[in-house]
Amino acid sequence: MDIETIAKKLNLKVSSASDRLKNNVTGGYTGDLLSDVMANSHEGDLWITRQVHQNIVAVATLKEHAGIILVNSCEPAKDTLEKAIQEKVPILISDLPAFELTGAIYNLLGKKD
Amino acid sequence: MVAWNKLKITVHTAETENYLYTNSFDIEGGNFNKAGTIATGIKSILKELGLPNDVVRKSAIVSYEAEINIVSYARKGIVTLTVTSKNVEIDVTDEGPGIPDVELARKQGYSTANQQIREMGFGAGMGLYNIDCYSDKFDISSEVNKGTFLKIIINIP
Amino acid sequence: MKLREVKEILNADVIVGEEKLEMEVKTAFGADLMSDVLAFAKAGSLLLTGLTNTQVIRIANVLDIAAIILVRGKKPQTESLALAKELQIPILTTKYILFETAGRLYAKGIVGCLEQVEDHSAHS
Repeated sequence: MDIETIAKKLNLKVSSASDRLKNNVTGGYTGDLLSDVMANSHEGDLWITRQVHQNIVAVATLKEHAGIILVNSCEPAKDTLEKAIQEKVPILISDLPAFELTGAIYNLLGKKD
Repeated sequence: MVAWNKLKITVHTAETENYLYTNSFDIEGGNFNKAGTIATGIKSILKELGLPNDVVRKSAIVSYEAEINIVSYARKGIVTLTVTSKNVEIDVTDEGPGIPDVELARKQGYSTANQQIREMGFGAGMGLYNIDCYSDKFDISSEVNKGTFLKIIINIP
Repeated sequence: MKLREVKEILNADVIVGEEKLEMEVKTAFGADLMSDVLAFAKAGSLLLTGLTNTQVIRIANVLDIAAIILVRGKKPQTESLALAKELQIPILTTKYILFETAGRLYAKGIVGCLEQVEDHSAHS
């Protein structure tokens, strides 16, 4: 499933890299502690977080995430947005809290036991 | 009655003439092990006084946020809890770096937290904003290189 | 659903609160940043987190959280364990990551805490 499909279904606002919405999403990772995300997330994950500072772009780039979704309507910081545009990392925004958004995406991706 | 020795806090007992309850609690800056003990203690006290649940909850939350700020940024601080029939007042005084721009600090997302603080799960820049949201009146005054004073009031319906 | 069902859905171990498995829960909040928990999490909610320090327990107490679910196989630190027992806050631990934990619970009907506490920061 690509980001565009998920964005449409869940009413996400696209903040950066709108040309990368065809990035394929193979999984998800929800977390706000950068060291944890660095250690445990995977390439192709959609990263769900409320962290808005510019380090999130570095992490998403290093881990080759499909994109970042900010929850609770959090807006990326100005320098975060600039970096995301530069590095072509899609950042999207949801007005849902992490639990709801994660649940919705998990089930969209069709994860089973 | 709350077991003070179990909570391991210093209690300065004040006059109780005009109040239902009043007490002060010391907070040590940098001591993340103890951080939150005052908030938990305040919650117990207010519950025992029979205050409505949402007043207890709001008071505990603002106390917690204030306590974490002192532990995160100040050298030390004092939280004074006063309960009247009309409201709960939580006054917080600290000795520390102070806040250069109070209006900025009150905004969501503004934080001066270092990496260590962030790794513990704090520093999202919501502390003062949360206190604002949970209280009925919230005043801050601060002096750089001296400290900060918070006056937080939660009404009892 | 009952906390017992949550345990089953997540293949979780009960670290504290074996006696509280009949407790009803309806909502959950997932976060590693504690200020968000304070702003959003409802009383009686589950708290899903990877943080194991004593602050999580203190916050759970302050907010009347029903139970803490530690994800990614995390176990509470020694002091956290003692505090949770003292404050009687159940802790379960699951090997699933937060993404999967939330996903599984959501699929079974647990909902998120959707409302932020009212913003009246204009007042003084």
